[in-house]
Order: sequence, then structure tokens, then C-alpha cells
Amino acid sequence: MGKRWSGLGGWITERAPGMAPMYRKHMSEYYAPKNFNFMYFFGSLAMLVLVNQILTGIFLAMFYKPSAEAVYPGVSEAFASVEYIMRDVDWGWLIRYMHTTGASMFFVVVYLHMFRGLMYGSYKKPRELVWLLGMLIFLALMAEAFMGYVLPWGNMSFWGAKVIISLFGAIPYVGDTLVQWIMGDYLPSGATLNRFFSLHVIALPLVLLLLVVLHLAALHEVGSNNPDGVDIKKVKNVEGKPVDGIPFHPYYTVKDLFGVGMFLIICAFIIFYQPTMGGWFLEHDNFIPANNLVTPEHIKPVWYFTPFYAILRMIPAKLPGVLTMFAAIVVLFLTPWIDRGQVRSVRYRGTGFKAALVVLVIAFLSLGLVGAGVTTELIPALLGPSADVTLWENLFGRIMTLAYFGFFIFLWVYTYFGFEKTKPVPERVTMHD
Amino acid sequence: MTKRMLISITLALALLGAPLAAWASEGGGLMTAQVNVRDTASVQRGARLFFNYCVGCHSLHYMRYARIGKDLGLTEKQVMDNLNFTGAKFGDTVQSSMPSADAQKWFGKAPPDLSLEVRAKGEDWVYSYLNSFYLDPSRPVGWNNTVFPNASMPNVLWELQGIQVPVLGHEKGEDKPVVERLRMDKAGQMSPAQYHAATRDLTAFLTYVSEPAALKRHSLGVWVILYLALFTFLAFMLKREYWKDVH
Repeated sequence: MGKRWSGLGGWITERAPGMAPMYRKHMSEYYAPKNFNFMYFFGSLAMLVLVNQILTGIFLAMFYKPSAEAVYPGVSEAFASVEYIMRDVDWGWLIRYMHTTGASMFFVVVYLHMFRGLMYGSYKKPRELVWLLGMLIFLALMAEAFMGYVLPWGNMSFWGAKVIISLFGAIPYVGDTLVQWIMGDYLPSGATLNRFFSLHVIALPLVLLLLVVLHLAALHEVGSNNPDGVDIKKVKNVEGKPVDGIPFHPYYTVKDLFGVGMFLIICAFIIFYQPTMGGWFLEHDNFIPANNLVTPEHIKPVWYFTPFYAILRMIPAKLPGVLTMFAAIVVLFLTPWIDRGQVRSVRYRGTGFKAALVVLVIAFLSLGLVGAGVTTELIPALLGPSADVTLWENLFGRIMTLAYFGFFIFLWVYTYFGFEKTKPVPERVTMHD
Repeated sequence: MTKRMLISITLALALLGAPLAAWASEGGGLMTAQVNVRDTASVQRGARLFFNYCVGCHSLHYMRYARIGKDLGLTEKQVMDNLNFTGAKFGDTVQSSMPSADAQKWFGKAPPDLSLEVRAKGEDWVYSYLNSFYLDPSRPVGWNNTVFPNASMPNVLWELQGIQVPVLGHEKGEDKPVVERLRMDKAGQMSPAQYHAATRDLTAFLTYVSEPAALKRHSLGVWVILYLALFTFLAFMLKREYWKDVH
């Protein structure tokens, strides 16, 4: 047996001599810092979810019908085909819940992955390209998730699509034409559904896969950062290997396997016992078929878009609102150049940075609550039924919007003018076992 | 430092989470249904009520008679004799025999399909709705509902429940009287407790119908999680073994 496998290996090496060196470069001789903590699980978990989305998506596409034609009065073929998957397709419910839970968990791990980057300064030189490619992945993921959300053609799919696509209408001169061009109609319709299906299952997954490959390739050129923000390539042994580095395979493959196990347990709890997450992962209004005459009580996107949606809502005019919302994402792209600090990791950065990072987290989560309409219901409960909901919500939402952008302004001022008092960074990584 | 930071973040989350939990438990003044879809007898009783009182107007487009039989432990004969009054085949979906166009004319709005009603509105809403009809001569069908004001639907369960009438009151500064509570004017065949139990069964059936997979999901989930726990434990041991020499 062993001989035969080595024979196969030999056969491949003879024909593709670059394969073995590539494996060594990216796996068995990719030296990762040995001090990764919990926050370093989310990159590999994001890849796992991506694979899950593609595999479950393949099976869903076998039964889903991207058609807005009515099969019953007021019920589209698309909506009915989703229920067909949920009821009549063997294990269809499980595959769909894996896909819907996967969509939300994708954002959970990606947001934590991005936060890890902010915490440990992983976007700083020389990893700016890694960060930029990661941000492009985030952008593509948002487009992918939005289009996927439209496919069941529930009432929230329809109205969500209408609101989000009409944002392009804010662009001067070409706005209205652009909106019609995107929808292929005057309203979200069968034409919209068909093209979104095509983009969701072909175009954007290809873009995502390409970007993930580039993200990893860029990372492996410069090497991984770590919780100490120390460059492990500075201290090497006689063989020229980083002393604080360990080969990705097998060390991090087995460690990530453990992370995968923990993550899958959480996912299994959701899939089997809480698939709608109380209306956060699958919304109540989306179990009602799309109806262009009946608006849902609160039109709102799924939870992972709500922080950005809140920023849009907090700005009173349409075009400035859209621009501010985009700015909230653009500013993340620019983080490597906004932050002029020399120290990477939060462990050795100034108190101001630590406080600002906490404020950013609070602002982002608060905006999420505002965007999801939680504050609309919470304010009367907290301040009494006669409270002016709009006034208080706008006040809170605008303060949090300011806090969100304030983080980046503060970060620039704090580091550009040298206000930051950092602690000495150790020469080698530290271990906390 | 990371630890202190994580603690602050957790605290911040908890502060944000506390009002959220308070908000979630509010429920908007609905009665609590407390249905149990795994209580097969309850779901069966609910099915009988549904097929005797509801299916005349409401379809279950996505629900097959055969699936109901399989999930509720009923034979084909039991289903065809007791639940199927429309002459549909065992493998067919549950379609009301009332033509949608006529329904539109008669009620102003075609009665909605109920396959996903519980998923869209929640079981508490459905349960409360069934308990909140009252006599209102100003409405076309003579009935109104406190949970869904100006609903087009009459109380088809009035023989069981009896007839409720509103007790009107005035809110401060409002001219129009509002319904403060409902009073039983004429008792039905069931006592209030019996009617609550019956509507709870009916809600249980509609909860089952809204997601038949829930039965399988609940029973399978335990095994999946146990398997994953074992897998994670082994992965942890493997990691520890490999990492022995990393200091």
C-alpha cells in the first residue's frame, strides 16, 4: 500500500514538480506564531462556513425555483419551492437550515475575525494588502447575503430588495435609470429574482472564492500576525526558521479541528433547536409570501446589516444617508492608513486605544439594535408609553453613529499627533497557558 | 490585558442585553399558548378541530394528508375517514374547496392559507386570536376581534366557545370608547377551561403544520450534538498530544 501511494506521489511530482513545494509553503512549512489565542479560530471557521454554504447551496439549487409566477393566488413558485424543500424533499429542512444558519454564522465569524484584526493591529504594515482583500471579501459577502435573502420571495425579501435597490436611486442624474436597470422592472419582480439567483449561485461565489485565495496568498507572503503583534521572523534558529513559529500543519490543523468542533456544537444547537433564532436569523415576516400591496410593519434587513442600516436611517436626507452608510464601510478599508501607531497589539497600546475599541464595539452593537427596530419597541418600555420614540431613537442612533466614526477620527488624531503612550513590546511572543 | 478587555466587552454586551431580554419577554399583551407539538394526542385533537371547522375556508397548501397521517400516527383509513372531507387523495395537499374568487367576494379578502400562520404570527398570537372574538354588529359578518381588529373572519367556533361581548370603557382624553375586556354573554358547549384547551390543541396542530420537520429536528438534534461533543473531545485530546512540545 505504502509503495503504491509513494508511487502515486512520485507520479504527480514527476508531472507537476511545483505541487510538493506549494504544499510545503502553505501547510507543512508555513510557520505561524505559536501564541495564537481564541480570536484566531475565526479565519478557518469562515472558510468552513464558505464550504458549507457552497455544498448546501448546490443541493438547494436542485429544488429551488427562481420564479415569481403564482402557483396559488398570491404565492410565487419560488416561495412554494422553499416550502417544498422544507417539507417534501428528504432532509431538505436540514440542508436549508444549514444554509440559513450558515449565512448568519458567516457574519458572526467574519465580524469577530475583523475585530481580531483591529485588536491586534493585523492590518498594519506589512499586512495592508491582506486587510484590503479581506474587506473586499466582506463587501462581496454582503452582496451575496443580500441576494440570497431575496430568493425565498417572502414579504421581507420583496420589501428589503425594494428598499436596498432603491438606495441606488439616490445617485444624481442616473439614479432612477440605474434602479430600473438593476431590477429589470419598475418593482422587484420575476426578472429581479432570476438575476439575483444567477448572481447568488454563480457570480458572487466565484468572486468570493477568488478573493479568499488571494487573501490567503497575500497572508502567506507576509506571515500571520499574533496577539503580541511581534514579528516572529526577527528571531530565527540556525536552520533559518522562526523560533516562535510552528508549522501550520499539523499544529494549527489539529488546533483548528478543535475550534471547528466547538463551533459546530453551537451551530447544531441553532439548527436543531432554534433555527429562526427568535426571528433574528429567519424573520417572521418572511414566512408571508411577497406582496407588493402590503408593507411589513417594520421593514428591516437581517441582523448583520442592521448597524449599517441604522446609520442610513439616522441621516435625514437620502443621498447623505447613503453616502454616510458607504463611508462606514470605506473607513474600514482605510484603517491601515488612519492608524499611524507603531505598536500593533492592543496589549501594548495606550489606554486611549483600548477605551476607543470598547466604544466602537458598543456603538456597532447599539446601531445594530437601532437598525433592527429593537429601540423602537424598547423606548416606550423604558421611558413610558408617552415617550417620543422617534426623538429618543434618533438621539441615541446619532450619538452611536458619531461614536462609530469617532473611533476612526480619534484613532488618527491619537496616533498622528503622538498622544498614544505605548508599553514596551517584547522581543519574543508571550505564552499564556 | 486581553482578559480585562474581554471582560469589559462582556460587561458592555450584558448591559446592552439586559433591556433586550426585558423587551423580548413583553410579548405585547398576548395570552401564552404553551403548546407542545410532541404531544401527539393534543395535535390530533387540534387536527380534528381544524378539519371540522377551519378547512372549509382555509387551505394548507404545503401540507399533505399522508404526511399528517405519518407524523400523527394515524392510518390512511383514519385520515381519510376523519380528516379528509373534500374527496382529495391521500397524497394530496390540503386544499379548501371554497374558490378563492368567491371568498374574495364574500369576505372582502380571501381567507389566508394557514400553512405558515404560526411561523409568521407566532403561536401566542394564533391562540389569543382564537380566544378574542366578540359580537360587533357594525362589522359585515357581525364579529370583531381584539387581537386583530376589523378581521373579516367570523367566530366559527362560537358554538363551542359561546358568545363574547365587549365591555367598553374610555381612555383618558379619547372620545371613542375602547374595548376594555370581553364578557361571556351566552355560554357555549364548552366551559372556558375546555375552550382554552381546545384552542390550545388547534394552535398545536397549526404549529405542527407550520414546520412538520420540527418533530424530527428535536429528536435528531440530541444525537448530533452528542456526536459533536465526542468529536470535539477527541480533537482536543489530539491537539494536546500534538502541542506537547510547544512551549
